[in-house]
Amino acid sequence: MKLQDIAIARSGDKGNRATLSVIARDPAHYPLLEQLLSVERVAAHFRGTVNGAVQRFTLPHLGAVHFVMDDALGGGVTRSLALDAHGKTLSAAVLDIDIPAPPGP
Amino acid sequence: MGILVDMSTYRIGAGAGYSGDRIDPAQDLAEHGRLNALVFECLAERTIALAQLRRLREPEHGYDPLLEERLRAVLPACVAQGFTIISNMGAANPLAAGAATLAVARELGLPRLKVAVVTGDDVLPWVQEHDVALMDSDARASDLGDRLVSANAYLGADALLPALASGAQVVLTGRVADPALFLAPLMHHFGWRADDWRQLGQGVLVGHLMECAAQISGGYIADPGHYDVPDLHRVGFPLAEVQADGSATITKLADSGGRIDRLTCTAQLLYEIEDPSRYLQPDVVADFSRVRLQETGPSRVQVRGASGTARPEQLKATLGYRDGFIGEGQISYAGPGAVPRGRLAQQVLEHRLQRLGWDSLEHRSELIGVNAMHGGALGADREPYEVRLRLAVRCSTRAQAERVGQEVEALYLNGPAAGGGVTQSVREVVAAASALVPREAACSSVHVMEL
Repeated sequence: MKLQDIAIARSGDKGNRATLSVIARDPAHYPLLEQLLSVERVAAHFRGTVNGAVQRFTLPHLGAVHFVMDDALGGGVTRSLALDAHGKTLSAAVLDIDIPAPPGP
Repeated sequence: MGILVDMSTYRIGAGAGYSGDRIDPAQDLAEHGRLNALVFECLAERTIALAQLRRLREPEHGYDPLLEERLRAVLPACVAQGFTIISNMGAANPLAAGAATLAVARELGLPRLKVAVVTGDDVLPWVQEHDVALMDSDARASDLGDRLVSANAYLGADALLPALASGAQVVLTGRVADPALFLAPLMHHFGWRADDWRQLGQGVLVGHLMECAAQISGGYIADPGHYDVPDLHRVGFPLAEVQADGSATITKLADSGGRIDRLTCTAQLLYEIEDPSRYLQPDVVADFSRVRLQETGPSRVQVRGASGTARPEQLKATLGYRDGFIGEGQISYAGPGAVPRGRLAQQVLEHRLQRLGWDSLEHRSELIGVNAMHGGALGADREPYEVRLRLAVRCSTRAQAERVGQEVEALYLNGPAAGGGVTQSVREVVAAASALVPREAACSSVHVMEL
């Protein structure tokens, strides 16, 4: 299974920093997100795209894990050479992460 | 029995989430939303720098290019129903935007209209006189020299309060913190104190949820088979029903497309936020870490639980500066062997850059369909049917940037087999940097203009 099967994601930009939130479609799957999406795992997934530190914030009552990733947007939205200067598509990339099947209903 | 109107609820709609946003959903909200206020957020980080360049060329411009078209669509309902329009469409020239608004009112044959224009966000003279350190950088504003074209501080809701108190039907600003466009009418209507941090935090939450318009009501979230959105083609803009204690229900017109639920609200709640417990705004440091969302009906979500602490001492400002040019060219390869031909074309271009002595310029060469979005590692196991080579080079002059596209075009006769669909572009880069300025650098004032 892919993370796409249990979560939605949205990314945004703040200067040269990308924000990325991953939200469990079923709140019962939140613990799996928190366990799976460590700072190390997310940093490794985006290696080569994200060059700076990754910070994580957990919001269990919202079923969400939130990341702030430094030096992720080619110098910043306004001057980046990248096609997706805003890093909008980073949210789809995180959903490509393989996951174990979540506990059944 | 007449329709019961709940006077204790303030109904505030989002009419735009960016400068080019759709106009018809805003008109629907204006006509059918029984609104108290309609807010248009139209000013991205570097838009104001581009607007400033336009104003330098044409002193009567420099405000949002869609201002007139938007107002033609919603002013009749605004005047007939008595709701307030609030917008940062003033961009780099709020006073000219005010005059343009009165011109639209005249053209529509409206009997009268009162417009209040908020100025004071332009801190370019202050920055030029005092200099200031740039955030996330070792440089100072003075290092930008004459490349610096604009400096605008993010004003808070406090700058809008006198405009609302004037009884204006339209309030226009330049740079204002986006959530403040929503917070200000809530403070004005409910009489929230400017140091009631918990209350202001909740008002900022409402503003933040609403400021991107359809991004909370079903836009930018559909993923077929995983998360479906009904009637996405006619997604409705959101409407917040706000109570005196700051709690609010986010909803939309019943017959519009889209959906509002826990997921759409959470995605927008965290959008472009860094630490959720410290969302820095000019009016308050908002704390969203304990926000609660509750689905209370179809496309109805109640939001509460935001709080806040004392506002920051300084204001954030965005500095726009000229940063050279980007030259770009693209060409497509398709069918069997598309990827190897695309890679060969990349090698050809690398040699051409060397020959021109440009290989030390910052550049990006990539295959759209393979590695343009997320580098080479992700999806390396999947082979596309077609790819599009893209070369982008940072250049110091327009002429140099034009040459980049010409080099890609030359792949027609000089590159691998069957390349097609070349496009070329050149754009001047106006980059944005951030800095902190003291509050006294930005002295806001309100100008009332009447028809």
